[in-house]
Amino acid sequence: MSVAYLRRAMAEPEPPPVASHGVWARTRERLFSGPFNIALTVVSAIVIAAVAIPLLRFLVIDAVWDGASRVDCLTETVGRPVGACWPFIGAKFTQLVYGFYPWGQHWRVDLTFVLGAVLLVPLLIPRVPWKLANAILFFGVYPIVAFYLLVGGRFGLDHVETRSWGGLLVTLVVAGTGIVVSLPLGILLALGRRSQMPIVHSLSVVFIEFWRGVPLITILFFSSYMLPLFLPGTWTLDALLRVLIGTALFASAYMAEVVRAGLQAIPRGQIEAGQAIGLGYWRIMGLIVMPQALRLVIPGIVNTFIGLFKDTTLVLIVAIFDFLGQMRAAFADPNWATPNTLFTGFAFAGIVYFLFCFGMSRYSLFVERWLKRGR
Amino acid sequence: MTTDPTADTSGIRTTQNAVAVDMSGVHKWYGQFHVLRHINLTVARGERIVIAGPSGSGKSTLIRCINALEEYQRGRIVVDGIELSDDVKKVERVRRDVGMVFQQFNLFPHLTVLQNCTLAPIWVRHMAKKDAEAAARHYLERVRIPEQADKYPGQLSGGQQQRVAIARALCMNPKIMLFDEPTSALDPEMVKEVLDTMVQLAMDGMTMLCVTHEMGFARQVANRVVFMDDGQIVEANAPQEFFENPQHERTKLFLSQILR
Repeated sequence: MSVAYLRRAMAEPEPPPVASHGVWARTRERLFSGPFNIALTVVSAIVIAAVAIPLLRFLVIDAVWDGASRVDCLTETVGRPVGACWPFIGAKFTQLVYGFYPWGQHWRVDLTFVLGAVLLVPLLIPRVPWKLANAILFFGVYPIVAFYLLVGGRFGLDHVETRSWGGLLVTLVVAGTGIVVSLPLGILLALGRRSQMPIVHSLSVVFIEFWRGVPLITILFFSSYMLPLFLPGTWTLDALLRVLIGTALFASAYMAEVVRAGLQAIPRGQIEAGQAIGLGYWRIMGLIVMPQALRLVIPGIVNTFIGLFKDTTLVLIVAIFDFLGQMRAAFADPNWATPNTLFTGFAFAGIVYFLFCFGMSRYSLFVERWLKRGR
Repeated sequence: MTTDPTADTSGIRTTQNAVAVDMSGVHKWYGQFHVLRHINLTVARGERIVIAGPSGSGKSTLIRCINALEEYQRGRIVVDGIELSDDVKKVERVRRDVGMVFQQFNLFPHLTVLQNCTLAPIWVRHMAKKDAEAAARHYLERVRIPEQADKYPGQLSGGQQQRVAIARALCMNPKIMLFDEPTSALDPEMVKEVLDTMVQLAMDGMTMLCVTHEMGFARQVANRVVFMDDGQIVEANAPQEFFENPQHERTKLFLSQILR
């Protein structure tokens, strides 16, 4: 019998062409592959240089590193153009971290920070075992320990009013509480919004839309200045606590919408498969839907965390001095009044905020990549 | 309940009920659309039923009513002696004993094959993890993919995924298995491996209700072929009779369209 075409031998795989390999080939291809691309590369290089060089001069090359007062940071004293006045940060560092937390009690704040870090770091590293115990310690036990450490009044510790808290301490307490509360609360609100039960559904919608519809500043103002007017006379709520509740609920509303987006991406078949093997609603959500939905919206979740972290600076308007607030207070010190004090302070604040936010961002990328492995 | 996976190779537990599923006068509407019309169907224990019919005839809806994935508005359905109602506890009891295999597999993509199989035994049957894993490996062996246990569903072919889905259902030690077009989403060369698994299951005496277009499978294993059209059971007969001597006009038309 004859055939129109018949292969006699199967073709073997061959290696790819060499030209597309190597660092140089790739650099050339990506940066200098044509006139337009070359122009873009040159313009970008000029822009980068125009930003990076002055920044480097200000922060490092022209910066003053040692000194005891404003005099050491003045052009007249140094005899050359001066950049950042770092001794100012050094002198104010304690204030920036602890606010007006009493001297001699700073170890309590330090211990809180250290405990938090010791519990958080292994929680963030996937390879470290005992995740459940670790999570219980961090989310369940740590907040209580931190509360008594910082507030005191028990176990032989002096009571420290939250009014004297400040600096990085307040920033981390407000942001940390917001982050830890907003995720679980946001998940519950998102589930509530998708619930078939009319009352649960309506309450979730009203809650989410209310908190999303009002600016954070309004919430802070309301909780600090107006709420006390409505509360019965003997009822007082700590000023910082009011702010904590306000920001946590605000962040929860945003988180709820982020989580809801993830929930909507999960096919109905996943829920049906869960039902078909006999799982109830909460187990379907907890074991099947949420793990997938949260994975999808990690970027959105971290985005909300970062937004929350930066929004904590708004507590300044209700006379709570967070990190940035303490910085601004430090500017008023005539002992450090130099032309560059303001820039130095804001540059330092910018670096600190950037490190926290960039850290969160990189960690979320790491988690995304880690979750994708093997799939 | 036995936790020794080797003790009971059939995957079928003894029961007093000779009737596995009893549907009487079941009606269902989607809004205005009358999708199931007066369905009467009794399935004996150990019986294999194949449900056939044109698309939109209500076949899938019918078997999805049996494990309460769909609600029905009139009539009654009794599954292994338990009448389905609004009672969530009863529904969950029925679902525990009724396995289901979906057209789109619906494996859990974030869990490994083994975790897919142990999820329900651990959380619903409260089995120890070790026992659940041993049982899961046993059933994966039975569907002939024990070596894939630690992979994720996305790494498997469609045929392999569907066999995992069968193993996942078997891990709950079900009394009844429902198949909702299990081979319709598969590439042609993978249909056979899934059908072979189902045939083997049938040989072991499992009570099965299969919605499928695989008429060869129907001939080979079914005790009865149920033909549906317009939300009604039009004809039900033993496969030989059904294929060679169809009575109803619609059955004849349907068979002439799918058999060549």
